[in-house]
Amino acid sequence: MTHSELEFTGNRPLSNAKLGVLILLGAETMLFAGLIGTFLVFRMGSDLWPPLSHANIQLPRLVTGINTALLIISGYTMYLSLRAIQNDKVKQLRHYLIFTGTLGLLFLIIQGSEWIQLIGKGLTLQSGIYGGIFYVLIGCHAVHVLGAVIWLIIVIGKAIAGRFSVDRYIGVETCTIYWIYVVALWPVLYFLVYFA
Amino acid sequence: MQENENISHENDDDEQHEHAHDDNDTEQHTHEHDDDGQHAHHHEESFISKYIFSLDHKMIGKQFLIYGLIMLFVGGGLALLFRWKLAYPEKPLPFIGVSQQYLDEGEVVTGADKNWERIFDSEKEEWVEVNMPAGVMTDAFYNMLFTMHATIMVFFVVVPILVGAFGNFLIPLMIGTRDMAFPVLNMLSFWLAVLAAIVMAVGFFVPGGHAASGWTGYAPLSADPQWTGVGWGQNLWAISLLIQGFSSLVGSINYITTVINMRAPGMTFFRLPLVIWSLFIVAILLLLAFPVLSSALALLIFDRLAGTTFFTTTTGGGGDPLLWQHLFWFFGHPEVYILILPGMGIASELIAVNSRKPIFGYRSMVYAMIAIAFLGWIVWGHHMFQSGMQPGMGAFFMTTTMLIAVPSAIKTFNWLGTMFRGSIRFTTPMLHGIAFVSMFVIGGLSGIYMANTPVDIFIHDTYYIVAHIHYVVFGGSLFAIFGGIVFWFPKMYGRYMNEALNKIHFWITFIAFNCTFFPMHILGVGGHRRRISNPLAEAIDVTTQESLFADMNIFITMSAFTLGFVQLILVFNFFWSIYKGKVAEKNPWHVTTLEWEAPTPVPHGNFEQIPTVHRGPYEYSVPGEESDWIPQTEPEPVPAGGGD
Repeated sequence: MTHSELEFTGNRPLSNAKLGVLILLGAETMLFAGLIGTFLVFRMGSDLWPPLSHANIQLPRLVTGINTALLIISGYTMYLSLRAIQNDKVKQLRHYLIFTGTLGLLFLIIQGSEWIQLIGKGLTLQSGIYGGIFYVLIGCHAVHVLGAVIWLIIVIGKAIAGRFSVDRYIGVETCTIYWIYVVALWPVLYFLVYFA
Repeated sequence: MQENENISHENDDDEQHEHAHDDNDTEQHTHEHDDDGQHAHHHEESFISKYIFSLDHKMIGKQFLIYGLIMLFVGGGLALLFRWKLAYPEKPLPFIGVSQQYLDEGEVVTGADKNWERIFDSEKEEWVEVNMPAGVMTDAFYNMLFTMHATIMVFFVVVPILVGAFGNFLIPLMIGTRDMAFPVLNMLSFWLAVLAAIVMAVGFFVPGGHAASGWTGYAPLSADPQWTGVGWGQNLWAISLLIQGFSSLVGSINYITTVINMRAPGMTFFRLPLVIWSLFIVAILLLLAFPVLSSALALLIFDRLAGTTFFTTTTGGGGDPLLWQHLFWFFGHPEVYILILPGMGIASELIAVNSRKPIFGYRSMVYAMIAIAFLGWIVWGHHMFQSGMQPGMGAFFMTTTMLIAVPSAIKTFNWLGTMFRGSIRFTTPMLHGIAFVSMFVIGGLSGIYMANTPVDIFIHDTYYIVAHIHYVVFGGSLFAIFGGIVFWFPKMYGRYMNEALNKIHFWITFIAFNCTFFPMHILGVGGHRRRISNPLAEAIDVTTQESLFADMNIFITMSAFTLGFVQLILVFNFFWSIYKGKVAEKNPWHVTTLEWEAPTPVPHGNFEQIPTVHRGPYEYSVPGEESDWIPQTEPEPVPAGGGD
């Protein structure tokens, strides 16, 4: 991603790669703002939520709450992996990265199994706006977690190959920024969608 | 720790300059080193890596320019087709359609008659037979034409040329760096745009035709195939725009990073040329606006393909068609400023250079652009006065919209102030610059009328709106594009364009443009609705039984054809000049900004040595100086750095 040969070494508070990822987060925020806005329009326009046609649906608050905790822990371990490489602890970096990735995958698996149960209970994409916005909004976040996991796997591969050191860890840093963004977004969606 | 050191450098001007010089040397050194190493292949690049999958910002800029010009002809061609329909709703197209004798007596006279005979006889339902039997367009085809005309012009012409071509070509050169921050992403941005164009083009030939719900894709027309009868066309429309959104996202990340991080030593933000400011602001708008459209497009695709009901009410799922309008215009209004702001930046360059005067009120120009960009976010509701909204909201959107007149007027008066008592050179770029300012004023003023809710109720969905958008986007953006092409052509290709042909092109374009779009104001106030395929059925005079709109529509169509065909002069001039134009020297217009410091044609890596900037971008006719321009790289007469 970085073309270091073109970069200046001069006075810049942020490297190109880091700045680029931060800018990307601006766009991600607006994408979710569009979807959250849609959710709010539907939620505020309905007196009953879920609507009568799906009154039997109870979203799995407890399991998803535990899942939320898992994801938040993964954000912390991701931060620890960055701290590890900043202190030149390459082995610790690998361990924390792998632990983080496992938590991310676990989050996706638990959410996937919850979806299967919900579909079994009759809540599908076609279940009017209630089902539609649930799957699109939560699914959009899940796709982002999946993307972050794939990114993390690439970083893990580089860490195992010994590509990071105390002087060169921009790859870990950019991935950490993105991971923590995806983690921080989740509690917002959780409270909105599961408790609103 | 490294960061702290850098901050302290910034605080100390003298030290920073020394540091900057060091930087230069190391940069130069690393570049040479690269040339020996991994970049050695740049000296003998293959055709493919030089012209197709190029990583060089200048080549990608030129690719975007050619791409935009090709799409300009596609979009313009669609417009000419439906202009024919509006002037002569029942008459076959000339040359393509059947002759009058064939219509009257069934007698085969022309080659076209023979062709149509064959098409009608064949078993297969051919594309032309479905859309324009015998050369007369169907109403469904007309819907598709105006939808695709606007879609192509907005997403595939104006943004790719202004942002893709000028942004790519100018940003690294004008801020004094060797390339964009992320060259690979830059290439990706272009090829995603190509993919989007291909997907969009395929839509014309799928069963059911292309999207026909207007470029705004209003739901439920777009969300439910039963209203327009359009199947995969609308899906491909949405998918293509999603891809174009990725292209814009990647491009804008690149532009913002480059402008923030890659400026040459001494190039402070307030020494940036205004065109770079405008592109920087537009990149931020694109970054934040396009994802909102992407979210709406994703929901639309789910509605059409997965059975959700976000934008439809027919199936009882509880959707909301107005939601689409909100999401679309929340993107759409910033998009309008995305279309015009780079034009403003380009016009500022053209006018300052050719008036041989500093731009009047440089900082107020920057702040005005920032104000326009900010206000652009809170005015989207003015597109929806007629869609129904709480009256208080209408008043809010009316007020914020009219507030935009303030920064726009600041810019206009600054352009006039720049020209005032200048030594104006009436070169073609300057003519285009002046045309930009005057046409933008007409388009801007009609915008203020429309912002009034009581007036808008009357002129909503009439040709008045069509006139307004074309005065801003054609009269504004396209004149800036033409001016910019002529102005930077010597730097892009090392040759001049033919000035006589340019002047002919400009004057005919300017006159034909006004003949085409000015009468639309009158039609609009007269009640001519937009997007109807047969205006001759409207406004019938009781005495003559003929439509009052007929003559003016014919006049507009004739002007539009003139406008369309005169663009061939530009195309001929463009390609002829690449090979046969007069060879240009390094800085033919005597411009102060950095792109003209680079050798012509600009080599890979742009500058022999990264320049150091000592001055603002508009030091023309400085009192007491012999030359009427001082390049940004010229050190101040008093040594020691840091003079702002």
